[in-house]
Amino acid sequence: MAAYRCYYPAVLLILCSFSVFVVADTEDATLINGQDVTALNSPQTASKTAAQTAEQPAVEERQWEATASAAAADDQDRTPDTPAPGAEVQPVVPPVLPEPKDSFQEELVFRPLHSGDIYASFQFRTLWETDFMRGNKVSHYRLFPKSLGQVISKFSVRELHISFTQGYWRTMQWGQPFLPSPPGAELWVWFQDSVTDVDGTWKELTNVLSGIFCASLNFIDSTNTVEPSASFKPLGIGNETDPRFLRYATLPREIVCTENLTPWKKLLPCGSKAGLAVLLKSEKLFHSSFHSQTVHIRPVCQDWQCKTTSWELRQTLNVVFDLHTSGQSKREWSLFKMFSRTLTEACPLASSSKIYIDITDNPQGEQFELTPATTLLSQAVVLGDRRTFSVYDLTQQATFGNTRSLNLLIRWKSSEGDMLRPLLHAERYVAGYGLQTGEIHTLMYNNHPYRSFPVLLLDSVPWYLRLYIHTLTVTSKGKDNNPSFIHYQPSKDRVRPHLLEMLVQLPPNSVTEVTVQFERALLKWTEYTPDPNHGFYVGSSVISSLVPSIVAMDTNSTRERPLFSSFFPCKEESSYFVRVYTEPLLVNLPTPDFSMPYNVICLTCTVVAVGYGSLYNLLTRSFQIEEPSPGLAKRIANVIRKMRGVPPL
Amino acid sequence: MAAPLTLLVIVAVTIRAALFRSSLVDVISERVEVVSPLTAWKRVVEGLALLDLGVSPYSGDVFHETPLIIYLFHFLVDYAEITFMLADVMTAVALYLAVKDYNKQVFRKQKYALEADRYPHDCHELIRSPTEMFYIPLKVAMFYLLNPFTILSCVAKSTCGLNNAVIAFFILSTIKGSVLLSAIFLALATYQSIYPLTLCAPALLYLMQRQYIPVNFRRVSFWWFIAQYAFMYLGSLCVIICLSFFLLGSFDYVPSVYGFILSVPDLTPNIGLFWYFFAEMFEHFRLFFLCVFQINVFFYTIPLSVKLKEHPVFLIFMQLAVISIFKSYPTVGDIALYMSFLPVWSHLHRFLRNIFLVSCVLLACSALFPVLWHLWIYAGSANSNFYYAITLLFNVAQILLVSDYFYAFLRREHHLTYGLYLKRKDGSEATLVLK
Repeated sequence: MAAYRCYYPAVLLILCSFSVFVVADTEDATLINGQDVTALNSPQTASKTAAQTAEQPAVEERQWEATASAAAADDQDRTPDTPAPGAEVQPVVPPVLPEPKDSFQEELVFRPLHSGDIYASFQFRTLWETDFMRGNKVSHYRLFPKSLGQVISKFSVRELHISFTQGYWRTMQWGQPFLPSPPGAELWVWFQDSVTDVDGTWKELTNVLSGIFCASLNFIDSTNTVEPSASFKPLGIGNETDPRFLRYATLPREIVCTENLTPWKKLLPCGSKAGLAVLLKSEKLFHSSFHSQTVHIRPVCQDWQCKTTSWELRQTLNVVFDLHTSGQSKREWSLFKMFSRTLTEACPLASSSKIYIDITDNPQGEQFELTPATTLLSQAVVLGDRRTFSVYDLTQQATFGNTRSLNLLIRWKSSEGDMLRPLLHAERYVAGYGLQTGEIHTLMYNNHPYRSFPVLLLDSVPWYLRLYIHTLTVTSKGKDNNPSFIHYQPSKDRVRPHLLEMLVQLPPNSVTEVTVQFERALLKWTEYTPDPNHGFYVGSSVISSLVPSIVAMDTNSTRERPLFSSFFPCKEESSYFVRVYTEPLLVNLPTPDFSMPYNVICLTCTVVAVGYGSLYNLLTRSFQIEEPSPGLAKRIANVIRKMRGVPPL
Repeated sequence: MAAPLTLLVIVAVTIRAALFRSSLVDVISERVEVVSPLTAWKRVVEGLALLDLGVSPYSGDVFHETPLIIYLFHFLVDYAEITFMLADVMTAVALYLAVKDYNKQVFRKQKYALEADRYPHDCHELIRSPTEMFYIPLKVAMFYLLNPFTILSCVAKSTCGLNNAVIAFFILSTIKGSVLLSAIFLALATYQSIYPLTLCAPALLYLMQRQYIPVNFRRVSFWWFIAQYAFMYLGSLCVIICLSFFLLGSFDYVPSVYGFILSVPDLTPNIGLFWYFFAEMFEHFRLFFLCVFQINVFFYTIPLSVKLKEHPVFLIFMQLAVISIFKSYPTVGDIALYMSFLPVWSHLHRFLRNIFLVSCVLLACSALFPVLWHLWIYAGSANSNFYYAITLLFNVAQILLVSDYFYAFLRREHHLTYGLYLKRKDGSEATLVLK
């Protein structure tokens, strides 16, 4: 490089001046979309940054860059009157507006379910190109909620995932959810590897989040926190997967209600004032069979080359409305019936605002009818299945029609139809009777007709159910199915829970049963919950798997595709990631009598005293011949004689 | 004498083998009276399973056995039933031999005393005859091998049986006068569960008595012997501890075994006094009462040694009883060990005051344990207080039994000095009282 500079000192000077120019140029140029100059300049900047980052840039590349800049310099030299292409447009752009580095998108997806219920999923996504880790320098917040930004920078969070769920997702009736979550509260966080005291940070973080979301996350302590080694990989960019920086906890007992929804809504840029969020009224949302709200923060790539990272805040709210509990006789749903509101506008801050309705099972409109109709269609591969959606774009005024409000109506025509069984689902229960021992059974169903696939099962069991790992059995189709990987961390009383992670291969079209025996502990009377005979919750098992895609399952369909593309069954989308949560368990423990502490202390101490007393008696006394005790009169006389100083009788 | 003992062993092994083959094994091995968190076979298997998984068995709170037990069962896990039967048989034989030797000495001493005319003349009833003493060793072995408590403990594969075997060997080597073996077995017993540490006092007294070293604090020979014994004891303890360290490469087992015994974190019901007391304890008094209850076990050693310094074997019996009543995780196996000594004191029966009542209570409680456990845990028609009440009663009965034997022993000694039929000054028949 130095030698090179010696050869072309003049060229370098020009290069430097020009590069500054070009950088300013491209920034402005991106603002005015559709200018040719962007295309002209971008290869140069790209190669420049590559040259800056790489340690040993290729010689040819540098030469190419030098000649290009020399040519540009020649350009400048030759035509000093006409400004450079970038400078040409510069006066047009008002320079006061910097490029907003954050954006906001909102989406609402409806999936009509075969039972007549309806699944609505809100997705809000805020992207912000910033670096929270530079200390307290991030102080100007626009769309990103400040409370969460401060949490990220203060606790050096790399990824944060919270979900609050009321009700249990019925996979067999409803299919796979877009974003699974266990009943109660779930929190998992990846910390930056610069954090030294992960447990202390985790404790503080849970307390802060508890305040932000008005939830009992402060009940998360070491007794329900685990460090899964394989089940929870970072979802954002970053290759650090040392589980020491991961903390995972669930609170299956947590009850989700309005007080959790309000702070959640406040994190949205438009609040609940405009856009899709106006539909989020708690009186309707919590009158449903399933309700789940989540917050996910992770670093994502800004572009496909991943040169810059930005932070993604994704807030989702999933709700399943029940046909019967809503008290209607007809099988029809409208926005107003579901949310008691209609939509009038998109959030003005949102760059996109759309409603999707899954019409895959309804291509000809024989199942249900949509009003107002839309011509916009979209196809996407969701959870390994190719789905078709009707799209309503709320940023277009035409969507709202003459009434200036959108009230989507889905009216069923027939109750026929069958759902494709989910390829993977799981259930769990406690077997045994009495309060001494028990057995946890986890059933995992692989409904794929011919493909087996591995699943990762994660179980976190509280310490007061003492698991016996030697009783672990995994059977499928009546045969032992030895897990290829087991990670087991035994519990410590009052300190940490059991963690059981294992990799199990599920044979095709089978049920795999995992059983493990446990013993119920008797706790101290202060360790019981206020309603001890209600039982103790055990959080859901988590089953994570790459499931073969339904699209790839169809090896016979040569109808629509050319023959040359359909010989090998594997495609790029041949499998997809699924996380399945089982039911939480409710386990009874033996209880002491809570009204008796004083009695017990007294009685036990009495027994110890009987032991002590009888031994003391025998140890300190000696045998003597019993003298008959003198009569009362004689004793009194003796006392008087003693006072008089006369020897006693 | 060998033939009846062989017959007894065969009968005992047959009973155990039959029970091992029956369906009762699963029921028995889950009984909280028979297995404690310290001794449960299920937990030994769990520890071995954890080792196989590459996890330290002491990283969790399920396994509380010492490393030597893991090492032993690493090889013997498939022969566990035979191991436990063998341990019981060896315990019984060791006790048999020990008591036989002890009786010989007792008889010899009595002969010398008679020849020296040291006993009062009306004490002929108290003099022990060889025919009466002849069957005592066999009775001891029988009391151990055929005691339902021992059988249950063995069938449940409670490692308490192994601890009992170590203690029995300690008693045998002490009575045989082997100082080194006594120290080694005492170190092993202490290593297995801390409490047998209190047995060092009777061992020292017995060995000194045997070697005619007077118990006198001003004598050099006394201190020299204590130093010798302490050196041997601490040396073998050190070797055992280092061995355990090298077996697993860490001292993790120390908090997991001894911390567990002393701090009583596991409140699983058992026949002892600790579980319900500490389940119901107010949090800020917990440490205080924990100290009080643990000191209580060790507390009686010194006064008992002072009182019984002429009778170290009776002191061993007393210490074993005190340990099994007041230890933190007692099981019926511990009770079986000290109960097997009862035939040795059969000559005290005439002085026992409430043996009938106590044995009735013990029998009734043993029967009521499973009943009330069922009512509480399975039927749900009783609560924890029912089971707790039975443990209280059971312990009171044990205390009364032990103190009754202690009383009888002291009283016999008193009579041997002052005569059996005591008279007042005025010549009328006197009653003896403790004052």
